[in-house]
Amino acid sequence: MAVDQGEAFPGTSRTLRRGHIRIEDAVKIYGPQNGGILAVDHCTFDVPAGEITVVVGPSGCGKTTLLNAIAGFHSLSAGAIYLDEEVLCGPGRLKAEPGPDRIVVFQNGALFPWKTNIDNVTFGPIMQGTMTPAHAYEKARHMMADAGLRGIENNYPGEISSGVRRRVEIVRALMNDPKILLLDEPYRALDSLTKSVMHEALLDIFYRTRVTVFFITHDLEEAIFLGHRVIIMTTRPCRPKKVLDIDIPHPRDYSVLTTKRFRELMDETAMAVHEEAIKAFEAGEMER
Amino acid sequence: MTETEVTGLRTFQPAESGIVATDTPNSWALSMHRTALWLKSPRPYLMLIGFGLFLGFWYLSVEVLKLPRFAQMPGPTEVIDEWLNQDPTYGLSIFIPEYYMHIWVSTRRIAIAFFLATVTGVPLGLFLGWSQRFKQYVFPVFELLRPIPPLAWVPLAIVMFRGSETPVIFLTFLASFYATALNTMLGVQSIDVSLIRAASCLGAKRWQIFRHIVVPGALPFIFTGLQISVGVAWFSLVAGEMVSGQYGLGYVINTSYTMVRYPTIIIGMVTLGIVGYVTSAAIRAVGDYMMQWRTRELSLGRQ
Amino acid sequence: MVWIKATALSAATFITGEEFWRGCVAVVCFLLFWQIGSRSVDWLGFAVPAVSQIPPPTAVLHQLYVLIQEPSFWYSGYLSSVRVFEGFAAAMVIGIPLGLAMAVSRIFYGIAFPVFEVLRPIPPLAWVPASIIFWPTQELSIAFVTFLGAFFTIVINVIGGAQAIDIRYFQAARSMGSSNWDIFRRIILPGTLPSIVVGATVGVGITWAVVVAAEMISGGGSAGSMGGAAGGGLGFFIWNSYVGGSYTQIVAGMITIGIAGYISSALLRKVGDWLTPWLAEP
Repeated sequence: MAVDQGEAFPGTSRTLRRGHIRIEDAVKIYGPQNGGILAVDHCTFDVPAGEITVVVGPSGCGKTTLLNAIAGFHSLSAGAIYLDEEVLCGPGRLKAEPGPDRIVVFQNGALFPWKTNIDNVTFGPIMQGTMTPAHAYEKARHMMADAGLRGIENNYPGEISSGVRRRVEIVRALMNDPKILLLDEPYRALDSLTKSVMHEALLDIFYRTRVTVFFITHDLEEAIFLGHRVIIMTTRPCRPKKVLDIDIPHPRDYSVLTTKRFRELMDETAMAVHEEAIKAFEAGEMER
Repeated sequence: MTETEVTGLRTFQPAESGIVATDTPNSWALSMHRTALWLKSPRPYLMLIGFGLFLGFWYLSVEVLKLPRFAQMPGPTEVIDEWLNQDPTYGLSIFIPEYYMHIWVSTRRIAIAFFLATVTGVPLGLFLGWSQRFKQYVFPVFELLRPIPPLAWVPLAIVMFRGSETPVIFLTFLASFYATALNTMLGVQSIDVSLIRAASCLGAKRWQIFRHIVVPGALPFIFTGLQISVGVAWFSLVAGEMVSGQYGLGYVINTSYTMVRYPTIIIGMVTLGIVGYVTSAAIRAVGDYMMQWRTRELSLGRQ
Repeated sequence: MVWIKATALSAATFITGEEFWRGCVAVVCFLLFWQIGSRSVDWLGFAVPAVSQIPPPTAVLHQLYVLIQEPSFWYSGYLSSVRVFEGFAAAMVIGIPLGLAMAVSRIFYGIAFPVFEVLRPIPPLAWVPASIIFWPTQELSIAFVTFLGAFFTIVINVIGGAQAIDIRYFQAARSMGSSNWDIFRRIILPGTLPSIVVGATVGVGITWAVVVAAEMISGGGSAGSMGGAAGGGLGFFIWNSYVGGSYTQIVAGMITIGIAGYISSALLRKVGDWLTPWLAEP
């Protein structure tokens, strides 16, 4: 299980951590109910609160479908998803409502291009009315400064690089104190140098806020580096093929990549991922 | 030699700057810079060659070679002479107040029709794009009437409305309205669905999404639509004026023809071209101003 | 054949879907509103502005029924369609190569485009008198104006489409050893095809508008009209109906033009889909 005990971070206690997701026997069929595309096939797994769970699988296997179901963008065909023991979606209510307790960071970025960065960041609280504008802007300035984003508050997203945009998007999400952060291959479009910076930035944020993170990627190295737990999915229709608890201690930094334990973990999982990748390739997966 | 030079195509390279300096050039400085670059390129000179060829051809065929086909056409010297004449033979030049009155009358009609079309077309387009239900009800009726060309409405418009101004404005309004509404609808449909999803994740309610995401997101298409719309408005206005108006540039062209004042026809056409271009450019400028985020992004990328 | 079955199936699903019924509801409401409005003086006691002057849909339908049986009406439809086709074909034949030339050669673009842009804002109808002066026959003058209408749209779309081709296609072709001609034939041409199709679909609509307008103007404006209600094309027909005071014929004519225009656009779209199979939804 996860090695960090939480006592290194004053102010956070275990009981306050929330964001526990339980996916139970989820099924998703696209198209007509008999004869459509089976994307998710009786999938069951847990996303523990206060931890980073990474789902790895070949492209098009259905992992984004699961994320979308949690976020409330898609419905399930069968099965249920629970958030902190409450039903998000399940029999009788197959589609969850999107909300600020489960915020998504999108693959191609979803900052609103016509709002300045700080307007983007304050969007959530202002829309919900949970803060006055003055308060929201002040908090936004602090959070952006903490994340190393001082100075670009009044620029537009189009004027900054994509890596910085991602970071702004994460800050925008965190302004709402979400229970869980859903990241859908957020760093996929970045070069690997920027990616390494992003990873450390994400971990930094995680250590400070202990928000539950549900992260989707196809990059195994990224998965093992970031996650407390890595779930390897089969190719479509997806279900967990292998679950790995990463016992490399937190806090981690990039030097972890060269440790023996990291290489061992890579060896263990690489074969599993590769098998599924071959199956996906032979099935001729199309990017969705 | 890069591909762009070989084929002559210009391609857009997306902006990829680092964290931006605190000192972004403002749009005025940028325009100055771009004008300077333009002057140094071969483009202004090619442009002059193009115009030279065009005018030269016209001049040669009418006034020098006197080709039979062109016998009745006025030549460029004749037109310019007439246009800039303090005492024009056929009654219209830049020195005659009547000239400006016609321009004003046409422009006023365009302004009214365009304003009405925008005020009705943009909201309609926004709703058509945003609400599936609304679209299912309204769009078929909308599409039913659309194929009927503007000028086909002229007789009906004359029958329906009294006076001579209203039918013409109605015609112009109709064509403009369709262009605006369609492009606005397309604009809403073109918004990246992730943006809408992100907004709903962040707790925005439907009307908030509409106001903060849909409307700004559709703006680029809306403005393209408005430019098309003003072009279409001129098209219909001229048609309407030629058939049933009094005063106005279309009327000028038509009567110049019936009264055998041929150089004035050309003057009318040229004036139409200029005024049409100016109205289009004005809308583009307003659009650029309202969509600051885009101009800045594009200007950074296209050095 | 498989596609007949598929079309029939999708048609059946469409008709039974809620989308279809909602559209029908709206159309029916519209027709009702029209009917009541045009009979408003009799039925409601006061005249609804504008609408009460229009003949009611029932009368128009009847008129259409009468007109369909008259060969001269079909003949005028044929005349208009021929004009549309001629002007449109000319616009494509001249416009597409011109657009491609401008997209491919920077020099040609620099010379031609400014002149093009200056002429473009002049509405096609403004060219009518000049066209009449210039061309020997009325047919040719109408055809020229028609040509102009579609020409500008098509060229603009071709240039836009060619410019939008991803530069990496060129790079890929180059690295595989293509010559300039190969690149033109295999990348630029197919890559521009979607934009050409869009330009054509829009252009044909404009062409109809111009044909109708030109027919009305040169027929209505000049002293020599063809005689008879349905002589020189649908534009003539509408104008003469107006002059002759037959309002139902006006509306019937408008509807006919609308249908004809819609059919031409739909046909072009089908042709376009056939030419660009790679764009089809799976």
